[in-house]
Amino acid sequence: MAKHDFQYFAHEGLSNMFSHGFMSFAAVGITVACLLIMGTFTLVALNANQLLRDLEQENEILAYVDDSYDGTQARALQKKLQSIPNVASATFISKEEAMETFKAQYPDETLFQDLDPEILRDRYAIKIADLRQQKQTVEQVRAVEGVAKVNAYEEIAGGFITVRNVATVVCVALIAILFVVSVFIISNTIKLTTFDRREEIAIMRMVGATNGFIRWPFVYEGFLFGILGAAVAFLLQWGLYEAVAQGVANNDTLQLISVIPFTEMWIPVAVSFAAAGVIIGVGGSLSAIRKFLQV
Amino acid sequence: MIRLKDVEMEYDNGTKAIRGISLTIEDGEFVFLVGPSGSGKSTIIKLLTGEVEPCAGRIMINGFSVSNISDRQIPLMRRTLGVIFQDFRLIEKKTVYDNLAFVMRAVGAAPKQIRERIPYVLDLVGLADKADSYPTELSGGEQQRVAIARALVNNPDTIIADEPTGNLDPERSLELMGLLVRINELGTTVVVVTHEKDLVDHFGKRVITIDSGHVINDSVGGYVGGHIHG
Repeated sequence: MAKHDFQYFAHEGLSNMFSHGFMSFAAVGITVACLLIMGTFTLVALNANQLLRDLEQENEILAYVDDSYDGTQARALQKKLQSIPNVASATFISKEEAMETFKAQYPDETLFQDLDPEILRDRYAIKIADLRQQKQTVEQVRAVEGVAKVNAYEEIAGGFITVRNVATVVCVALIAILFVVSVFIISNTIKLTTFDRREEIAIMRMVGATNGFIRWPFVYEGFLFGILGAAVAFLLQWGLYEAVAQGVANNDTLQLISVIPFTEMWIPVAVSFAAAGVIIGVGGSLSAIRKFLQV
Repeated sequence: MIRLKDVEMEYDNGTKAIRGISLTIEDGEFVFLVGPSGSGKSTIIKLLTGEVEPCAGRIMINGFSVSNISDRQIPLMRRTLGVIFQDFRLIEKKTVYDNLAFVMRAVGAAPKQIRERIPYVLDLVGLADKADSYPTELSGGEQQRVAIARALVNNPDTIIADEPTGNLDPERSLELMGLLVRINELGTTVVVVTHEKDLVDHFGKRVITIDSGHVINDSVGGYVGGHIHG
């Protein structure tokens, strides 16, 4: 495309946009709404995912060794436990170490200081690789001969997995619906422009303008709708995210949740918004101009 | 060169507009196409500009076979034509200059070419001082001359004028037809569809008379045949 052609398309696209102010505002507005809702759900899903990963790293299953096993026998279980798929590590904690840890938690309670370690069991602190398979892994650990009891916090893991799954499903459904709505509205806005300029389009066709040449100003207009919508949505998303992150940090209960800083992910967010905006805008304009280009 | 060979055209509603027309218009000719309303004149124009396709027969225009032309070639074929309409079809919100620049840009002309070509063409049609006027500020005759300038500006091989004097008084019609004759003398083929017998007789050019989708007369010198009705 020659430079003068590009200047012409850019000028025509921009003037088309301003010639239907209200519809242009609606088109940009719906793109912003679409991207904002889409972005919000994606960010919630990302954070849930991150929390899940943190939980996977921090979450431990405690497998208690049968009382009848002596120290050597108990240590011998380590290989069996580590051979279970999805077990990232199995750390042996003797009765004595467990008692020391217990006592350390209550340094002021003299009543606990003289306790005999024999009242506790040897145990393994097991970390698992994939939290989603925690239930099966717990069953496999429980089935190991010499393991008397297993403690695991399945509800917490299950809760996070549910949040992530729901966020993903809702996110995908909303993205699909809003995407179609946005394309439809942008398409109708550009149809107005094309209707307004049908005489010009007819003249252009009559003098031998190619379909590409006729199409470009409208594609550029759709591109502007999309990129403008993406820019506004990005700024609003940033503000919204920071406000929610601040709210979480200031809340006594919620502050345990670590929110991913926006500055760590602004580039992928910006690129995704720009790409989605351009696809919505250009897709809408191409669908609008199609019937005017039939020879 | 324009050549139609056994061309037939029937619209979707069953109207048979053209029934086996064959004719040839050589490069540099000036031809009047005349005939009563519904005779098939407008359909011939649509066939020549590629707006409709013939049901049968062959059409060659300036080296393009319109009968089996690809979508990609249609714009290229149209660049060899300059079309003038009875209702001028100028863009009212653009100045005379911009109306011309617009169609030059549409075929990919560079700004320098546009700046050089438009004053020349406006001078040719006698509107050099109207470049910055809007169509609504011009008389009917001036608007039609802008339409001629627009048809000429891309330097086509053939000018096709569909009832170009339909909205003009007799003096302006004569003036305009004179302009088309001058353009023809510069080497451009001109095909004028009209129903104005006096004009046709005055210029003594080749006249093709169409009626009920047939060529009923093709001769030089003036109108021959039945009555011509608008």
